[in-house]
Amino acid sequence: MSYIAIFITYVFINNFILSQFLGLCPFIGVSKNSESAIGMGMAVTFVMGLASVLTYLVYHFLLVPLNLAFLQTLTFILLIAGLVQFVELVIQKNSPALYQALGIFLPLITTNCAVLGIAILNINENYNLMESFLAGISGGLGFTLALILMSNIRERLDLHPVRKVFKGVPIAFISGGLMALAFMAFDKSLLTNLLG
Amino acid sequence: MNILFAFLIIAVLGLLLGLALAFAAEKFAVEKDEKAEQILEILPGANCGACGYPGCSGYASALSKREAPNGLCSPGGPKTSALVATILGIEDEGVGERMVAYVHCRGNNELTQRNFKYDGIEECSGAYMLFKGESSCKYGCLHLGSCIQVCPTDAIYRDEKGNVTVEPDKCIGCRKCTLVCPTNVIKMIPARGSHAIACNSFDSGAFVRKVCEVGCIGCKICERKFPDSGCVVENFLATIDYSRPMTQIADAAEACPTKCIVVARQ
Repeated sequence: MSYIAIFITYVFINNFILSQFLGLCPFIGVSKNSESAIGMGMAVTFVMGLASVLTYLVYHFLLVPLNLAFLQTLTFILLIAGLVQFVELVIQKNSPALYQALGIFLPLITTNCAVLGIAILNINENYNLMESFLAGISGGLGFTLALILMSNIRERLDLHPVRKVFKGVPIAFISGGLMALAFMAFDKSLLTNLLG
Repeated sequence: MNILFAFLIIAVLGLLLGLALAFAAEKFAVEKDEKAEQILEILPGANCGACGYPGCSGYASALSKREAPNGLCSPGGPKTSALVATILGIEDEGVGERMVAYVHCRGNNELTQRNFKYDGIEECSGAYMLFKGESSCKYGCLHLGSCIQVCPTDAIYRDEKGNVTVEPDKCIGCRKCTLVCPTNVIKMIPARGSHAIACNSFDSGAFVRKVCEVGCIGCKICERKFPDSGCVVENFLATIDYSRPMTQIADAAEACPTKCIVVARQ
C-alpha cells in the first residue's frame, strides 16, 4: 500500500514542478515541443531513479557508519554530477538526435534541484531502498507529466493569436502558474479517499 | 580523525567516479569528424536550411564527406565558401549570385476586391485552404504574414500601408518564405536587380483590371516599346529577365499603365 501512496504522492500531490517548484529551468526551457519534452522527462526519470538508489546506498552504508551524515549534500552532488555525465555519454552515443534536442539542458540536470531534492527527501522520509527507488521514479514521472502537459499547451499556444507582449515565454509562465493552481487540488485528502 | 575520514571519503568517491567516467568515455566514445567541426565553426550558424541540409551541422558533415557541393550557403556568401574550400583543400567556385526574396504583389484590401472576409487562424496556409484566400485575385499576397514568422533574420515586415515587404539588405536568401507562401507570390530575384514586377496574377487583363488597381494586365507595352527593359510578358503577366540588359527599365516603369513595375532597391 505504501508503494501506491508514494507513487501518487510524487506524481500528483507533491509534483516536483507544479507543487514543490523544483527543477523549473527545463520546465520552460525544453517544453517548446513534446518530443524533446518526453526525451528530457525520460532522462530526468532515469537519473532520479538511479540517483535515489545510489545516494541511499552511499548514505546508509558509508556516511552513517562513519558518522559523516553532515556530508550528505556534498556527496550527493558529487554522485549526481557523475551520474549525469554518464547518462550524457550514453545518450550521445545511442541517440544523437535526442542529444541535440536536449542541448544544454542535459548537463543542466547536474544542477537540477529536483534530483538533489529527491535524494534528500528520501533520507528525510526514512524510506528503505525500494521506496527510495520508487520515489525517484515517481518524481521523475511527475516531472515528465508536467513537461508533456506544458509542451502540448505551448504547441497549441503557437497557433493561437497571442498578444505580442505575451508571445512565447510570458504566456508560458502564465499557463504554468495556472497549471500549478490546478495541481493544488491534489492534496493529502486524495490519498485518504483512494486508500482509506 | 573524523575530518580525515571526511576528506578520504570524498576523495575516494571522486576518484572512483572519475575512473568510471573515464572508462565510460572510452567505451561510449563518439567518433568526431574534425573537418566537419572546423567547417561548422565557419558556417553562419543560422540553421536556415538554405543549403537543403538539416541545419548547419548537417551541411558541415556532408561537406566534410564531400557529399555536398561547396557554395550552397547563401547566408555565408563568398567569404564562407572560400574558407570552406581551404579547409577541404579544393578549388573555390564561389556562391553564385546573391538572391533576395521579393513579394511580387502590391495589392491590399483597398486596392483589390475581396470576395469575403476571412476570420480564421492567422496563418496564410489556413486562409489559402478556404477558396484560396479572401481576395478576388488568387495569386497575390494573403497578408497574414506566415513569411514574417518564419524569416530567421526578421527581414520581412509590414510597411505603413500594410503590405508585406522584404528588406533586401537583411535577406540572407534562405528561401524559407518562398516555401511557406501558399500563393508563391514571394520569389527570389537577384540582389542587384533595381526593379521588379509587383504582380503575380496570370488572370486575363480584363479580370485583373476589374478586381485590382495595381495588377499587371499583360498589355505588353514594356516588352514592345522598351525591348531593352528586360521585360517579358507571358500568360498576361510581365516578368523581368535579369540576365538581359535592363537599360530601359526606368522608362518602362514610367510607361506602365498600372505602374506595377516598381523600384525594388534604391
